[in-house]
Amino acid sequence: MKKSEFPDPFEQARLEHGVGEMDDQDDPVVMVLRHKDLRQCAHNWQTFQSAAVPGRIVVPSEVNIRDTRQIPFELDPPEHTGYRALVEDWFRRPLDAVYEANLTEQISAIVEEASAKDAVEVVGGFSLPLQSRALTLLLNIPYAEAETWISWGVHVFRSEETALDAGKANILYDYIDRKIDEAIEQPSDSLYSVLLHSEYQGRKLTREEVKGVMILTFAGGRDTIINYVTNAIAYLADHTASLERIRNEPDIIGKAVEEFVRYFSPLTHMGRVATHDTQVCGHAVKADSRISLCWASANRDASVFEHPNDVVLDRKTNPHVAFGFSHHKCLGQHHARQIMKVLLRVLAEKVQSIDMLDGDEKIEKWGEFERKVGFERLRVKFNKKG
Amino acid sequence: MAKITFITRDNETFTVEGDAGSVMQLAVQHNIKGIDGDCGGVCSCATCHVHVAPEDFHKTGEATEIEKDMLEFDDNVSEYSRLSCQLKISDVLDGITLKVAN
Repeated sequence: MKKSEFPDPFEQARLEHGVGEMDDQDDPVVMVLRHKDLRQCAHNWQTFQSAAVPGRIVVPSEVNIRDTRQIPFELDPPEHTGYRALVEDWFRRPLDAVYEANLTEQISAIVEEASAKDAVEVVGGFSLPLQSRALTLLLNIPYAEAETWISWGVHVFRSEETALDAGKANILYDYIDRKIDEAIEQPSDSLYSVLLHSEYQGRKLTREEVKGVMILTFAGGRDTIINYVTNAIAYLADHTASLERIRNEPDIIGKAVEEFVRYFSPLTHMGRVATHDTQVCGHAVKADSRISLCWASANRDASVFEHPNDVVLDRKTNPHVAFGFSHHKCLGQHHARQIMKVLLRVLAEKVQSIDMLDGDEKIEKWGEFERKVGFERLRVKFNKKG
Repeated sequence: MAKITFITRDNETFTVEGDAGSVMQLAVQHNIKGIDGDCGGVCSCATCHVHVAPEDFHKTGEATEIEKDMLEFDDNVSEYSRLSCQLKISDVLDGITLKVAN
């Protein structure tokens, strides 16, 4: 198997049952595997809520490491609608030309630096700095702050030993508390300050609400972006002709951005809590139990995607759900897309080919399913374009 | 070349011309409010939803299966709903009116 191949572990269960089951810290999850069922459940917030106990809709559950509600993510309409409207425009800034130019400058520097080396460990030495520096643009704060985030390592909530590490999570929460204090004392045009001055239903956002948006921004866009970028590099290393094609046909970049996110599905799934006894795909779901919307499975549903296990760089019809579906669609989607768009453009311009050296896969375990989501480490050599 | 009229949710009317690409791209180029085209036109975001004027519906034809699937859960769906990223600009569309759905 090529390093850049990402098998679909859900196929059999998706075809035979439509759901999968897993336990998570004694709070079981029914995984919804089919594209259509998933869209139905994602849309039906009255039955499958997000506004459960903070941390519970995340799998693995974060109820034991977090009390702050992530906003607008852990809310349902109509509250969700109001909060989302507050932050929507800010999270569309990545579409602005100046933002794109700044991102291009950042990514060009990273690619040039990588191309000057004999070998690069992509996860920690390329994707992590890229993600961290790009986040300074999203937050509109000084570039130098990225060094602090890079020093935290790849995971915000995970350590080598455990999937959920309260100690590591507290580093993030304490950091955000400090930054909110700083923004209160010295207002700027950062996201912290903008949120502190935002109004919801005629009142200022509370400190806890600001913290909730910031935790979401940090946590939602870390592992996901790192996997998205790393996996794309692995793909281009394994498929030199694809890099050449992107160089010759830059018009396909937009479609390649969508296809990579479908195929890699950097976030495997996201939970919801049933508000009453119901069923999914003929499978009983009890009130106050959890389901998860398995984006990774739905994105390989052969009833929707032709050749679902192939990367088709210019896939024309691609109704993937890698950024979620319905009102909770990923707030960071524009930032993520812009990162990949710029990265592909810069690689085409500056890199002739990428040699795959070696790497270790990152495998997630969800009950009976083992899913490759990215790499623990990946070593490649970027060959500069002459 | 096709002249296409967009009516936004604020009831503002814009008539613009295009000769290539999709109707979504044309709308985005002209900053038509309510047409975002987040996914660039691959039918994954449904942020380019329009209602075709009934008298023009024979020109666009009805939504494809995949569009119908994407629109199935949209609150403002109607029998004249289309995703404008799936409407290719051509002379056939000249003179049509599209109401922005969201």
